[in-house]
Amino acid sequence: MKAAPYLLCVPALVLFAGVVIVPLAMTVLLSFHDWGQYKGIEPVFILKNWQEVLGDSYFHEMFARTFRIAFFVTLLAALFGAPEAYILNRMRSPWRGIFLLVILGPLLISVVARTLGWALLFGGNSGLVNKALMGMGLISAPLPFMFTEIGVVVALTHVLMPYMVLAVWASLQRLDPQVENAAVALGAGPFTVLRRIVLPQVMPGILSGAVIVYALAASAFATPAIIGGRRLKVASTLAYDEFLNTLNWPLGAAVAVLLLLALIAVIWGANRLVERRYAQVFA
Amino acid sequence: MAFLELERLTKSFGAHNAVDGLTLGVEKGEFVALLGPSGCGKTTTLQMIAGFVEPTSGAIRLGGKDLLAIKPARRGLGIVFQSYALFPHMTVAENVGFGLEMQGVAAAERRTRVGETLELVGLGAFTTRFPRQMSGGQQQRVALARALVIRPQILLLDEPLSNLDAKLREGMQIELRQIQRTVGTTTILVTHDQAEAMALSDRIVVMNQGKAEQIGPPHEAYERPATPFVANFLGKTNLVNGATVRPERISFAASGLAGTVRTRIFQGNHWLYQVDTASSLVTVIRQNTGEAMPGEGDAVHLAWEGRA
Amino acid sequence: MSRNGPIALAYHALFVTFMLAPILVVCFVAFTPEGYLSFPTDRWSLRWFYAIAQYPEFISAFWRSLWLGAISSAIAVGISVPAALAIARYRFPGREAMTALFMSPLMIPHLVLGIAFLRFFTQIGLGGTFTGLVLSHIVVVIPFALRLTLASAVGLDRSIEHAAVSLGASESVVLRRITLPLVLPGLVSGWALAFINSFDEVTMTVFIAAPGTETLPVRMFLYIQDNIDPLVTSVSACVIAITVAALLVLDRAFGLERLLVGRSAGHGR
Repeated sequence: MKAAPYLLCVPALVLFAGVVIVPLAMTVLLSFHDWGQYKGIEPVFILKNWQEVLGDSYFHEMFARTFRIAFFVTLLAALFGAPEAYILNRMRSPWRGIFLLVILGPLLISVVARTLGWALLFGGNSGLVNKALMGMGLISAPLPFMFTEIGVVVALTHVLMPYMVLAVWASLQRLDPQVENAAVALGAGPFTVLRRIVLPQVMPGILSGAVIVYALAASAFATPAIIGGRRLKVASTLAYDEFLNTLNWPLGAAVAVLLLLALIAVIWGANRLVERRYAQVFA
Repeated sequence: MAFLELERLTKSFGAHNAVDGLTLGVEKGEFVALLGPSGCGKTTTLQMIAGFVEPTSGAIRLGGKDLLAIKPARRGLGIVFQSYALFPHMTVAENVGFGLEMQGVAAAERRTRVGETLELVGLGAFTTRFPRQMSGGQQQRVALARALVIRPQILLLDEPLSNLDAKLREGMQIELRQIQRTVGTTTILVTHDQAEAMALSDRIVVMNQGKAEQIGPPHEAYERPATPFVANFLGKTNLVNGATVRPERISFAASGLAGTVRTRIFQGNHWLYQVDTASSLVTVIRQNTGEAMPGEGDAVHLAWEGRA
Repeated sequence: MSRNGPIALAYHALFVTFMLAPILVVCFVAFTPEGYLSFPTDRWSLRWFYAIAQYPEFISAFWRSLWLGAISSAIAVGISVPAALAIARYRFPGREAMTALFMSPLMIPHLVLGIAFLRFFTQIGLGGTFTGLVLSHIVVVIPFALRLTLASAVGLDRSIEHAAVSLGASESVVLRRITLPLVLPGLVSGWALAFINSFDEVTMTVFIAAPGTETLPVRMFLYIQDNIDPLVTSVSACVIAITVAALLVLDRAFGLERLLVGRSAGHGR
């Protein structure tokens, strides 16, 4: 009786021990190995890669860019995604279901295909986005989007937006609509209701959405690789180059492990913050 | 020797005794209710009889045989669950026929018996429906038919009427009692509703903190409660000068305990009074016979049997 | 519930345009009759769809992706079911930790997983093999399979199984006739969501796939890395069409929201 749940978990545990934990441990170990152009990977224990990753200004700049992009993507997703989730939640059937499908659906559409769409939209000076912006009189000369941080931020915001809408939507579902009516009955205007009643209640949803978007943006690969190209390196594309072009696996492993550690720290910190601030109210 | 015997039945969860040395004999054909507040151990008792919970100690015997030695699937008990627990992916006929199928009853006989039992509960025309297409009351009858069709040695009812609304519940109480009398199956009902227990059963077992406080016919338990807990649980009581008195036994009289009417509530067939007296606040229930009754603030005298 | 005002609806229109624009652009460009990237204006053409047939590597990558998704999702569901039953039904030491472990591939960047698998599979001789791809895809889709099987296992009323037992059903009969049919919708939706995620996975797979074992998204990515031409838009348009079709089926069958949030819409608590 006592062993039953463990027995049921054995297949999954075996898989995770063998195919997740061991490879991850091997990667951490790999980041301490030596590498040379002609000798390949040498299974020794040295700090060379870590010193390089932590000390070289090239890596500093690259990691700063990675986290800057992730920050702006998260900010834009929260700023634009949260209101949309709220509007969506106030829609009536069947529009609600239809637009939920339209907005969440792209989540399941190939990232490569969606990024390709942005590459076409940005496409040099003649791209559709520039034409539209100039047509509206917002800009006078075409903006460079391809191979720039702005381009990567816009495309990544699009790619990750559904996660934010989903998180806020989920927290809106937990909201009792009568509470809003109660506030209105007590004399609160629509803006006050939003700011004082709705926003505080969906804040945990926005924060959890932000954690997901940030983590995925900082480790995104296909979108920065296509929009940023070889000129605009982020952590993931750099690691890819080290692994599949330069073949300096230990250095690539160090970059990846550092990225993983940074993300774990961010996620852990954010969860602590959410728990401390909201545990009492939303237990 | 009784048909079903529970002997010093105990179930502990850690240091807490959910059921604490319960001894009970149920005669063949008898309808017994386990009555008590939530957490009193009545459901745990039922689950031990059904075999879903293993007793810590004690014995359960059915027809003289050790029931605990028999697997739950072989005990041959009919159970009606609080949630009905109908198989949502099977039709009404398939639900009711499932138990017979497990016994290896041939398809033709199965059809006949399923039809008969569904007639008994008044659902003869619903065989091809799925549970979700039926009302709560109808689902309840399907659950009852499913339990009865296997001709169980004992029928166990776990809060069977608690998910029905008040009106429907009363109707089902009458029907349940009729069906039980017709089939004659020994029945154990678990409920927290004292009115339901008293209406349906031959004997009630009032349980509190895992122990039976009183076992007896409903009328006897109501009139002569063994403990203050039983008295309170079975109905409104007054504790006047150390004696327990039911509110409907107190009348307004020319002399007796003096008091003032604090509140008076009209409840259709009766009036409910709260009367301030020197010793305590006394609840009084008087039948509405159409005659004039004291109003709020009036000075009254209270009298009851055994006190002039 | 109050309605959205005109400003809200205008915002909504812009938002939907933003979400759909890149997807629609790909689909439009795929119909160009020209030999270069352009919007079809007066004339539409299927020439770039026919052109896919000239590139067997896209065709074989498509079938490989299909098989990979189907197999790894099926295995992931098979592993998830017992684990979900354990987590849903028992309170045991390590329960929380195990749940977190099985859901962790959602939080470990696919980049890191790709690197870890590349190193691991190369060491054990599975580098660039289909077996390696299957193993790695099982890992990344398990959270999706587990979440939906768990939801249906938790939603299962234990007393339904008790009822079957009380009517004389043995353990195997209960499992076959009651438990599995009742959790089946959860298993199917878990498999479907796992499949879609496997079918789209590129970040991790790009590390472990070798020239003979490239999946469709990897093939597309590598092609785009070299140059962007109408061919890759027509391939993308096909992928989008297939995904949208699958999406509509799934939405009708299970509700997309339930699939993505992992519980039914009406039971938000």
